[in-house]
Amino acid sequence: MPGTMNTVMLDRPAEEIQEPATLPRLLQGIRPEGPLGLRSHLALHGPLPRVRTGGRRRGREQAGAFIEDLERSGLLGRGGAGFPAAVKMRAVAAAKGRAIVVGNGCEGEPASMKDRTLIQTLPHLIIDGGIIAAEAVGADEVILAMCESSPESTDAITAAIEERGGEGSHSPNLRVAEVPSHYSAGQETALVNHLGGGPSLPTFTPPRVFEKGISGRPTLVNNVETLAHIALISRHGSRWFRQLGTPSQPGSSLVTLSGAVAHPGVYEIETGSSLSSLINAGGGATGPMRGALIGGYGGSWIAGEYLRGIALSNEHLAPHGATLGAGVVHLLSDQACPVAETASLARWMAGQSARQCGPCIHGLDALSEALDQVASGAAPARAGQRISRLASLTARRGACAHPDGAVRMIISGIEAFETEFADHARHGHCEQCSREPELPVPHRPLNMPAPRGKEARR
Amino acid sequence: MSRRVRVNPITCEAHGMCAELLPERIKLDEWGYPIVDGAPLEGEQVDHAVRAARACPTFALLVNNERR
Repeated sequence: MPGTMNTVMLDRPAEEIQEPATLPRLLQGIRPEGPLGLRSHLALHGPLPRVRTGGRRRGREQAGAFIEDLERSGLLGRGGAGFPAAVKMRAVAAAKGRAIVVGNGCEGEPASMKDRTLIQTLPHLIIDGGIIAAEAVGADEVILAMCESSPESTDAITAAIEERGGEGSHSPNLRVAEVPSHYSAGQETALVNHLGGGPSLPTFTPPRVFEKGISGRPTLVNNVETLAHIALISRHGSRWFRQLGTPSQPGSSLVTLSGAVAHPGVYEIETGSSLSSLINAGGGATGPMRGALIGGYGGSWIAGEYLRGIALSNEHLAPHGATLGAGVVHLLSDQACPVAETASLARWMAGQSARQCGPCIHGLDALSEALDQVASGAAPARAGQRISRLASLTARRGACAHPDGAVRMIISGIEAFETEFADHARHGHCEQCSREPELPVPHRPLNMPAPRGKEARR
Repeated sequence: MSRRVRVNPITCEAHGMCAELLPERIKLDEWGYPIVDGAPLEGEQVDHAVRAARACPTFALLVNNERR
């Protein structure tokens, strides 16, 4: 079961503090035996405030005031891209037509568990956030999108909606949808495409989903952790939220800690706190580390020698080319070969391409092949140059950001483990190469829809 | 208002007509897919771009007024 970090008190003038800045926030009330029920949830957090009660005009003003406070909170989306939550919400509120809200619980990142943990332990926080978001943008429906590979999540969120009277009894209407489990299924346009009855594949933008999403309606897609933060900001306000975190990335964050640590799991950290404090909260490292993968499989590798000084915020991670992304922190043990791990992830990410865009299909396949050649010592001369060229031909040329993330992970791996890559290029596989990869590359049935035509042309 | 070219990478099937008709702005990669310079089109490039967009068998080349 997930752990939580110790209470943190910030050194601020007493008059500024309305409520103490403590952790956990989201994970408060978490119980090993199952989801927190509605009554306990309300006893813990208090009743859900309304952010729109008046008639048309007054209601719009009230909702606008909430979005302004959300903007002051500085909340960034927690699905990986880190887009400001208020900007997205305002765009949906301003778009023409009846809006719709989607809580995104797809979590295709194999090393991430924070979304399913939140869904399965604290579902009412997510539902609260969905209701607040719906009021703020004037939506009459909230769809909670769960990954079909995690039936426990669907069960937990369905049971929580039952506690509130069941689907169809609530205003806004609350509905659960199951979504395929491949990596890009949770990508915003792929999710909207699927929920609108189409294939679970990314679409070309514009139109953006905030203008024209499900059934042509303005659609607000928020990660479930983002919704949980919105639920608390609606209760406590932006000043409370900003008592933790950094000025550019306020609040707390859920992270999934895995690898060379005593207690892998989901932790709530103050954004911007040190990696060492997270490792301590996880019971300490189990041995030396060769490096860390931060953000997700489309994130960045950081070499072991830099890990001591790392703080977990986008600002602090920027000099290392990384972002907090979806909150994945994997500590690579010294039992693992970083070259084999990078090559294994590259192969998996190539296989997770939706195979719609030529540069993503061909570029990721070619990059993966080039990495395998380097790992086995079979690379032709100037393989490094070819990899750099392939990277520039692949990134930013797809309809979605999948190739960009895969390229970022590959290039950061080559840079972080330069010595190891050079060694493999010269001598081939090392002893550790034959081990099972430390980072999971799931072979679960993908149910990825077939792309139209492009595969046949390869 | 400046006009720019953009490719819909989902519908593009690497026919390569665009690079023939708008070589100032479009080159092909090693797989035949267009690498597009999305800076504002100048002078008669606008006409060439519109012609290239009409010639694309999958209508994947877009000439628009929007910022990228």
